[in-house]
Amino acid sequence: MPEAAAWLILFLPLASFLLISIVIRPTLGSASQLAGYVTILAVGASFVLSLVALFSTVASDGHIAYPLHDWFSAGEFNFAVGILMDPLTAVMLVVVTGVSLMVQIYSIGYMHGDRGYTRYYASMSLFTMAMLGLVLANNLLQIFVFWELVGLGSYLLIGFWFDRPSAAAAAKKAFIITRFADFGLLLAILYLFFNGDTFRAADLNPFVITDIYHAIDLGIISVGVAQWVALGIFAGAMGKSAQFPLHTWLPDAMEGPTPVSALIHAATMVTAGVFLVARFFPLFEISPVAMNVVALIGGITAIFAASMGLVSNDIKRVLAYSTVSQLGYMMLALGVGAYGAAIFHLFTHAFFKALLFLGSGNVNHATGTFDMRYMGGLRKFMPWTYATFLIGSLSLSGIFPLSGFWSKDEILAHAFDSGDPVGGLVFLLALIAVFMTAFYMFRALFMTFNGDFKGGAEADPDAPTHGGGLHLGESPAVMLWPLLILAVPAVLIGFVANPLTDLGVVPIHWMSEFLHSNPALHNLHSGAPEFNKSLAAFSSAVALAGILLAYMMYQVKVISPEVVGRMFRPLYVLLSRKYYFDELYEDILVRRVFYGSVAYAFDWFDRSVVDALARLIGWFGANAGSALRQLQTGQLQTYGMAISIGILIIFGAFLFVRG
Amino acid sequence: MNLENFLIVAAIIFAIGLYGAMAKRNAITVLMSIELMFNAVNITAVAFSRYVVPQALLGNPETTADTAARFLLTGQIFSVFIITVAAAEVALGLAIVLAIFRQRSSIYVTDVAELKK
Repeated sequence: MPEAAAWLILFLPLASFLLISIVIRPTLGSASQLAGYVTILAVGASFVLSLVALFSTVASDGHIAYPLHDWFSAGEFNFAVGILMDPLTAVMLVVVTGVSLMVQIYSIGYMHGDRGYTRYYASMSLFTMAMLGLVLANNLLQIFVFWELVGLGSYLLIGFWFDRPSAAAAAKKAFIITRFADFGLLLAILYLFFNGDTFRAADLNPFVITDIYHAIDLGIISVGVAQWVALGIFAGAMGKSAQFPLHTWLPDAMEGPTPVSALIHAATMVTAGVFLVARFFPLFEISPVAMNVVALIGGITAIFAASMGLVSNDIKRVLAYSTVSQLGYMMLALGVGAYGAAIFHLFTHAFFKALLFLGSGNVNHATGTFDMRYMGGLRKFMPWTYATFLIGSLSLSGIFPLSGFWSKDEILAHAFDSGDPVGGLVFLLALIAVFMTAFYMFRALFMTFNGDFKGGAEADPDAPTHGGGLHLGESPAVMLWPLLILAVPAVLIGFVANPLTDLGVVPIHWMSEFLHSNPALHNLHSGAPEFNKSLAAFSSAVALAGILLAYMMYQVKVISPEVVGRMFRPLYVLLSRKYYFDELYEDILVRRVFYGSVAYAFDWFDRSVVDALARLIGWFGANAGSALRQLQTGQLQTYGMAISIGILIIFGAFLFVRG
Repeated sequence: MNLENFLIVAAIIFAIGLYGAMAKRNAITVLMSIELMFNAVNITAVAFSRYVVPQALLGNPETTADTAARFLLTGQIFSVFIITVAAAEVALGLAIVLAIFRQRSSIYVTDVAELKK
């Protein structure tokens, strides 16, 4: 694939953003339908080009090299931009543009008649552009720029309905928390810069990613440097991918429009962290500490977020916790060295999670609320949404033979095979997460679609204003087709992993082989593990047990959720209050620690040192003025005297100095 | 007669003038003192022109009749200018003094402190 075509993938959405915000919105007004079509056209073309990129990467065994272009140089620092096209990039391109395309089409229906229609599509184009730029970048600084642009896009879209205070607050929260985490990424960049001498000695650029890979091959990066850079990068990834303990922003981000949640907070932006760790995987690989940190944080996040999903009553929040949990899953996979499995899970997860979010958007469209306690019985009214939601839930729970099963199983097999204590621990955590995932997904499914209808927006006292109240029935075709299309990969895409047998078109372990064909990863020891039938059976049994429990509690009601809730009252409260993390951050960290001591100390310093200094200067000026005013008599003769004596003194001094 | 004598006389006259300009309250006296200072300057100018310039011209081998003609009378011409300007200045000064006297029936410079405001 020619380089210009690769750049076009990035520039098409950018062009759409500029066209909408500079031409369409000022001339055709903020409700112009054209904005949606322009975006769909641009993203669609990007999608086609991404498929071409994927196929040409496959055809060339992952070896496509594009030249670097010097942007500017300053001293030893050289900023060279370029495209890095490897299997990881190609897969991410397809995920981002594919899901984005579906979401843009869906948004035509969901955002119909919204006052900010063009603003919505402009922001979506900007976000898609940023995400593609991040994926394509071949320079750490290039990554950083697009990384921040992704954050900006997320901020704009979470706060899309900014007249709603909770949305504005959620947007700020997301931006500040991810920005806080980005500090780690920035430190990693600085650390790399100040330790770049070994790179420059070998005629490499410490910021160019292919050069970093090359340096690792040459063995000129010490474990210490790799460890700190990797941990800094992981800190940034933790923020974007909402890993514990920086996960609090993602559930709140559900204040944004539902298609935004589907695209940004399920399928693409939140996977940017996983992508970043995968991008720098060779760095992580040479540092056992970094790998263990990634695995443990991932494992903790996986069950921690899933446990909050167990009790949430908001369908979007259930999906949000599920997303956090699944991202933890991917991190866990990376931490145990399952590079291919992690990216594969990212790939499958993007499709079924986008599907589930769009399904929840349809549910919201019909009932006017997101609270599952006021839903129920929707299967009768919206059979297609129900069918696709069921497929998504089954896939997410990891039921054979849907795509989620294959990716989840590969991660479990890797963790099981890793053989060290951390691997064993995270395997256990992953297994618990499997159970929880199956339970909360089917809890949501049963509460939403089965049983009797419980009133929707009319019964819900705090139903959000958007959604236009209650009108039961299937959504329009434009909001249904994306679901149906996404259901296809949610069912089938798992077969590209193909751990069982050689199928001809899809050889055995095709996906892992392809991802591992990345030239940078040739010292990655483990390919895909052998398919472990008993392990797969066991994990499926665990998932089925979760589904069964949900069935008994919420469908046939053999076990009453209220009774269970009362039995584990403290635990229930702890979970539904989200482990008090919001309170911890807002009351203790922000109010007590930050406002109370740090800000207080700075305030004191500002008042009593900085302000005092400023006041002193002012005081000096005022008093010097009133003192000097006494000399101003208005008597010319006095002035003349002063001048004469002054001249005499200067003249005398001159003579004295000359001797 | 030599240069020092002229300079000493000029310095004495200048000092008297300066004292008068600084110390006297009567504006007419101040104007007269300023005239004294002018004339002290005139004496120095003419004295330097007479005693210093010819020697310098003689001592310089590059001196031609043309340069000699140009520099010989500089001091004298300067003093003629100063006398002219001084005359104009006195005329102005006396006019101001007259105006002040008409306004406040006083020609004491200490009474005029408008610059303070």
